[in-house]
Amino acid sequence: MILNIRNVAKQFNGFHALSNIGVDVAEGKIHAIIGPNGAGKTTLFNLISGVYDLTEGEIRFKDVVINQLKPHLRAKLGIGRTFQIVRLFGLMSVLENVMIGTHCKTRAGLLKTFLRFSRKELTEEKATRENATRWLEFVGLAHKADQTASNLPHAEQRLVEIARALALDPELILLDEPAAGMNLNETLKLDALISKINQMGKAILLIEHNMELVMEISHVITVLNFGMKIAEGVSSEIQNNPKVIEAYLGRKK
Amino acid sequence: MDYLISVATIAGIYIIMAMSFYLPFMTGQISLGQAGFMAIGAYGSAVCSVKFGIPYVPAILIGGSVAGIVGFFVGIPALRIKGIYLLLLTLGFGEIIRVVFINVEYIGAAAGFPGIPYQDHSLLYSYIMVFILIIFFSRLRKSRMGRAFHAVGSDEDAAEVIGVNITSVKLIAFSTGGFIAGIGGGIFAHYQEYIEPLMFDVMHSVEFIVFTIFGGIQIFWGPMFGAFVLTMIPEFLRVIQEWRMELFGALLIIMMILRPQGVIGLDTIQGLKKVSSRILGRGLS
Repeated sequence: MILNIRNVAKQFNGFHALSNIGVDVAEGKIHAIIGPNGAGKTTLFNLISGVYDLTEGEIRFKDVVINQLKPHLRAKLGIGRTFQIVRLFGLMSVLENVMIGTHCKTRAGLLKTFLRFSRKELTEEKATRENATRWLEFVGLAHKADQTASNLPHAEQRLVEIARALALDPELILLDEPAAGMNLNETLKLDALISKINQMGKAILLIEHNMELVMEISHVITVLNFGMKIAEGVSSEIQNNPKVIEAYLGRKK
Repeated sequence: MDYLISVATIAGIYIIMAMSFYLPFMTGQISLGQAGFMAIGAYGSAVCSVKFGIPYVPAILIGGSVAGIVGFFVGIPALRIKGIYLLLLTLGFGEIIRVVFINVEYIGAAAGFPGIPYQDHSLLYSYIMVFILIIFFSRLRKSRMGRAFHAVGSDEDAAEVIGVNITSVKLIAFSTGGFIAGIGGGIFAHYQEYIEPLMFDVMHSVEFIVFTIFGGIQIFWGPMFGAFVLTMIPEFLRVIQEWRMELFGALLIIMMILRPQGVIGLDTIQGLKKVSSRILGRGLS
């Protein structure tokens, strides 16, 4: 198991956003988190990546307890993520946005940048650029490298975010509704892309509302409702689970 | 001619000051205390020259370094607060510095610090610093730290989650801003020969902000342009000299309505590049 979430709870001023959550993500698997709006899916992502502190429980990544670590250190350990609402750095180019992704694995400081004494910094910059270009090619946007990020169509901005997360070469990547706002064609391409990332041996934790996409590509699915885990299993089990059907469609009269 | 040189020197120093504001601003930190750092650099370098007989360049570098170190320590509480609260903190810092200098007899207290050796080549030195800043900021745009500055400035939380250590990035930006302001103060002190705490009051910090907002916040040419133009114009239009702040205020309101990104934006630079490449292209063919 690459990620262990044990008895995790999160409260906001007494409101129980998540209670007693236990989820294990296996190496190299696509693990989907689904549930109705407000179920606590994004809150769980924020706990894993360190945006919020958890109220109770423990999160381990590669057997290291990470719930005390600052967000940038979790990234350095190998957790990449994208956001539900695209959060690119608007005024920078697409390529620069992806280059930021390797910030915590590179070293060049302010003074060295300015003086450019050593070859090392120049080599590092070149390697960063090449790495970013490679990941842009991977998501199929190499031809847009020099464009300003905020000028791209929505679906492509989502892909740039994925490239930015991949630039770090993380072992676990958290995708928060990557298909939101995409049309059918774009969703199909995304579907293939996620499988391709998975084939590289990376574990993927996925929040998604597009059930066709989820059922098709996930190895394991965890269902949350009102901050609690109500089911877990492979797609066929989830589809026939009465609790899940109730959560989504309501109780049978 | 002397008059022209004096105006140009002050413009150079104000460009340095605008850039000292712009660097932390890039990471989303708005400082109303840059005049305070300028005062530290001015007094620091003046003490070095007058009391210890240290030569010009090292004296100014020491003054700048002291301002940078103070900037580091002011930057630590600044990490936790944003927006209006950071403005208040830096405003308070600037005023504390001024009040401290008013009360320290060693550096002349309220009567001021006279007898600072006059630097004949202040014009040259101030523009050497401006030149260094141009190189620094143009390289910064294409460097690891520069990208991090922009990322933290545009979305701090997202930057942290994707691996940017925002604590260190913001501290580095804030204290380097203090260092640059200190250098500006040192050049200023050795040009004026006499400094007093009143010269570094908060209205000057406000001016540095005005230069930046007017000139443009998207790219470093903006604050440089803003500082230069807004220092030169009132000098040549004597009539409006006394109405300077009123003019700045009106200009800012007009800018906010017509061109919120400032006079020089990314589009200006791209436009200039296109025009120049067209001209060069014609010249060649």
